[in-house]
Amino acid sequence: MSLDKETVHRIAFLARVAVPDDQLDPLSRELSGILHWIEQLGEVDTTSVEPMTSVAEMTLPWRDDVVTDGGYPERVTANAPESQDGFYLVPKVVE
Amino acid sequence: MDATPETSYRLRGETGDWEVVIGLEVHAQVISTAKLFSGASTTFGAAPNSQVSLVDAAMPGMLPVINRACVEQAVRTGLGLRAHINTTSVFARKNYFYADLPQGYQISQYEQPIVGEGSLVLDMPDGASRTVGIERLHLEQDAGKSLHDQHPSRSFIDLNRSGVALMEIVSKPDMRSPEEAGAYLRKLRSILRYLGTCDGNMEEGSMRADVNVSVRKVGEPGLRTRCEVKNVNSVRFVMQAIEVEAMRHIEIWESGAEVEQETRLFDPARGETRSMRSKEEAHDYRYFPDPDLLPLTFDDAFVDRIRATLPELPDDKKARFIADYGLTPYDASVLVVDRKEADFFEAVAKGRDGKAAANWVISTLFGTLNKRGVGIEDSPVSAENLGKLIDLIADDTISGRIAKEVYEIMVETGGAPDAIVEERGLKQVTDTGAIEAAIDQVMAANPDKVEQVKGGKEKLLGWFTGQVMKATQGKANPGMVNELLKKKILG
Amino acid sequence: MTALTDLTIAEARAGLAAGDFTATELTEAHLAAMEARAGLNAYITPTAERALAMAKTSDARIHAGQAGTMEGIPIAMKDLFCTNGVRTTAGSTILGTFVPPYESTVSAKLWDAGAVLLGKANQDEFAMGSSNETSAFGNAVNPWTRAGDPDTTLVPGGSSGGSAAAVAGRIAMAATGTDTGGSIRQPASFCGIVGLKPTYGRCSRWGIVAFASSLDQAGPMARTVTDTAIMMGAMAGHDPQDSTSAPVAVPDFAAAVEQGVKGLKVGIPKEYRPEQGLSPEIDAIWAQGMAMLRDAGAETVDISLPHTKYALPTYYIIAPAEASSNLARYDGVRYGLRVLEEGDSLNDMYCKTRAAGFGAEVKRRILIGTYALSAGYYDAYYLKAQKVRTLIAQDFKAAFDGGVDVILTPTTPSAAFPIGAEIDDPVTMYLNDVFTVPTSLAGLPGLSVPVALTSEGLPQGLQLIGRPFDEETVLRAGRALEKAAGFTAKPRLLEG
Repeated sequence: MSLDKETVHRIAFLARVAVPDDQLDPLSRELSGILHWIEQLGEVDTTSVEPMTSVAEMTLPWRDDVVTDGGYPERVTANAPESQDGFYLVPKVVE
Repeated sequence: MDATPETSYRLRGETGDWEVVIGLEVHAQVISTAKLFSGASTTFGAAPNSQVSLVDAAMPGMLPVINRACVEQAVRTGLGLRAHINTTSVFARKNYFYADLPQGYQISQYEQPIVGEGSLVLDMPDGASRTVGIERLHLEQDAGKSLHDQHPSRSFIDLNRSGVALMEIVSKPDMRSPEEAGAYLRKLRSILRYLGTCDGNMEEGSMRADVNVSVRKVGEPGLRTRCEVKNVNSVRFVMQAIEVEAMRHIEIWESGAEVEQETRLFDPARGETRSMRSKEEAHDYRYFPDPDLLPLTFDDAFVDRIRATLPELPDDKKARFIADYGLTPYDASVLVVDRKEADFFEAVAKGRDGKAAANWVISTLFGTLNKRGVGIEDSPVSAENLGKLIDLIADDTISGRIAKEVYEIMVETGGAPDAIVEERGLKQVTDTGAIEAAIDQVMAANPDKVEQVKGGKEKLLGWFTGQVMKATQGKANPGMVNELLKKKILG
Repeated sequence: MTALTDLTIAEARAGLAAGDFTATELTEAHLAAMEARAGLNAYITPTAERALAMAKTSDARIHAGQAGTMEGIPIAMKDLFCTNGVRTTAGSTILGTFVPPYESTVSAKLWDAGAVLLGKANQDEFAMGSSNETSAFGNAVNPWTRAGDPDTTLVPGGSSGGSAAAVAGRIAMAATGTDTGGSIRQPASFCGIVGLKPTYGRCSRWGIVAFASSLDQAGPMARTVTDTAIMMGAMAGHDPQDSTSAPVAVPDFAAAVEQGVKGLKVGIPKEYRPEQGLSPEIDAIWAQGMAMLRDAGAETVDISLPHTKYALPTYYIIAPAEASSNLARYDGVRYGLRVLEEGDSLNDMYCKTRAAGFGAEVKRRILIGTYALSAGYYDAYYLKAQKVRTLIAQDFKAAFDGGVDVILTPTTPSAAFPIGAEIDDPVTMYLNDVFTVPTSLAGLPGLSVPVALTSEGLPQGLQLIGRPFDEETVLRAGRALEKAAGFTAKPRLLEG
């Protein structure tokens, strides 16, 4: 499977990574190369093989329903590029 | 019962009659103390970002650990919906970028939800019942909240809600009218409240509905393209949204165009839906199993322990009310909507005439509560007193008319009916002598009318009854008055 | 007397206990060495002040007879571990200003055990790389150079390249690393030190910047197997904050080390001689390793791990897929870099921030991962890879069920290469992890032990792979190799 420019553009937007137009071509060639190499997996017969869910042979642990965390808005926003009155600020979202 | 309910709801278009096909996705906030995957509190109204753990803020390296209570609530709800419980389910990440989605993904369930197929019975106003299929129920995280009017160029983000557990309950496309959709939401809310798994307050956002609407010509097999109307926050708006969205589809189809599958928003002020295509652009959620979590597993014993704690649910209660108290299906369905109201009714009805109790509760008490804007828990009349009042009627201590008077006094004073009757001397007069004396008085004052009755105008007897009742301030037993009048005048 | 910076942890603990020197002196010696060898660029953020304060506390604890197992031992902490109040970058511009208000479980355990933080070690950006060249803070340098070619600087391997360079360069007594597809073992091999990737679930991932959640594991890097075992004991343990952390007891790893290999069955997988041919030199070192273990009383048996050749492509779907999701949180809202220009929308901000904040390799993997999970491709890529992963894990299980106690392979297909040699060819770079990735996919413990020098005079490690949660056997076998190999060579940088 080779990736065309349009696909790379679409994927890059899905991943929210700006890619300048002049880099789309080289990037699509590079990604196609990697995908081509990956596609050797097609040789493996995986009929009736279950996909791996976890290598850890254990069951999901549960926590009790008690409040043990939170109550520190200043820690939560300490690293924020922009915050005010305890809120994070982002460019205005128009819905 | 039929899974595809019959309905007469039709929308008239230029080319003929259309029917609406409706499915609902309800997001119900799980009642729990802490969030789905963190130990932060779920309570409302706290200062911004004060109920946020490092996990909820998606700090680097933070990991989710599931809250046992949320799992139990989901199973409980599944049992309440008579649904299949999946003892193995999988959390998946739904990937998209949004300002109030700190992880860049929502932890949800995709291919393997915790609850599979179930059903819900609608109680229609005509007393009929219809069954709507439940497709699935899954657990997922709520997002944070954006405020848009605090600043000219910024939105403010508060993550207090981020990570709160939601149940997404998906119906099958089994509904055919706005009324059925409304009945579905009311019934679902009733069940959730009985179970104690969601408070069901749509206005506060703890229950939100996405509505899937499509239309088709009456009799047409198969389904046409559907649109999803997002985040409608009241039963009334859901019903309105369905109607306007269906009409929009009909107009498009009849103009020869095609309805495009998309997500829309209902604008209650304008009474229309509008496209959210800007938000939709290139959505591709890239679901995959969350590698920070293992499959969620539990055994049948876990499910059985929860099942053992289920309360009697509305449908069973309704059936029992019909059987035990002789109620009509409609009255029974009204009484079971709210568990406390149903309990109140039962306290009133126990050992008494069920129909009379239902009448008093539905027609009289609910009216009082409505007028006062209070719930059953704040009823000015206790179940015990209402029951006593019914007893006083039954044993002829007071008449139905006096009972209404006594009831009003009970509402005002909160007093017990027997005491009120005693204090105010409202006891029914059953002493034959006293009634006869009153009759004699009335007859003596109206000899002409007595003659008319004797002459065959028996209708006038009613007038005499009224006069005698008046003379006794309504306390005379009306049956006895009638009987004695007949005897005295007609012999 | 041996320089303080040349001591092993075991020796330093004895010296501290005997009062031969103080923790403060030990730390000062390392801080001085760090300055002298700043050219290794092994640290992104040195923390001299904190180190001295911690050393002082250690001295007090030693004095009070309350020394922990790592008391006073100065270590480097890979910059992927969040450290409370100390900048944590993950080697990335996007986290260039991030100061965590919390401490990772593993680092907290090390501080509880008395370890001293010398600084945050350099690494490939978000642990994505095999040469440390993807770091936004410049590449760390391998203290080793080729014989007769002192001017060609070599990569330390990656992603835990700063950790390996620091330990090999004697500017840390040991270091933490993380290993997703070989990020502890490969740099350990390149720098001639010991590195252990524990069983998945042995160490908590809480507070470690995530790369690929189903593969990431923290582990120790040190100069001897015993030191590695000592540090492993301090890092391991169940953490209820990590749902994938195993609720198993932590054995006394250090006590297991000297138990020998008599009677152990050592599996030799034939598939680790790839069709293209393993370099005869590496093959010979591998054969030496087999002989060493046999001489120590073990038995070598040929085994087959038939799906080995598919491990790398499997890994390069699963790891980028998970990474594309794990790295979505770096969006310029709550921490780290934000690029926002007048009039930019939220999406503009996301796209610009992430374009400026992530380097080329990280972006490459995010895009591959996004593609592999996207509608219409999920089954062909991600699901297929998870199925092949099952087969790879089954290969190992079959081998162990067949009676093998431990598996011996080369750690890497080649020794350290010059900076810049492979950076332009992603797939060639990925091949560095060909021998380490299968273990990661199966979640098994893997240890790299330096065994010999290549003809170029560069260290080469061999890898020992064990059963789940059987790090003890792996360490035993590693110690046997170490003893037999008598690897005492030092980087020329230190001989000068």
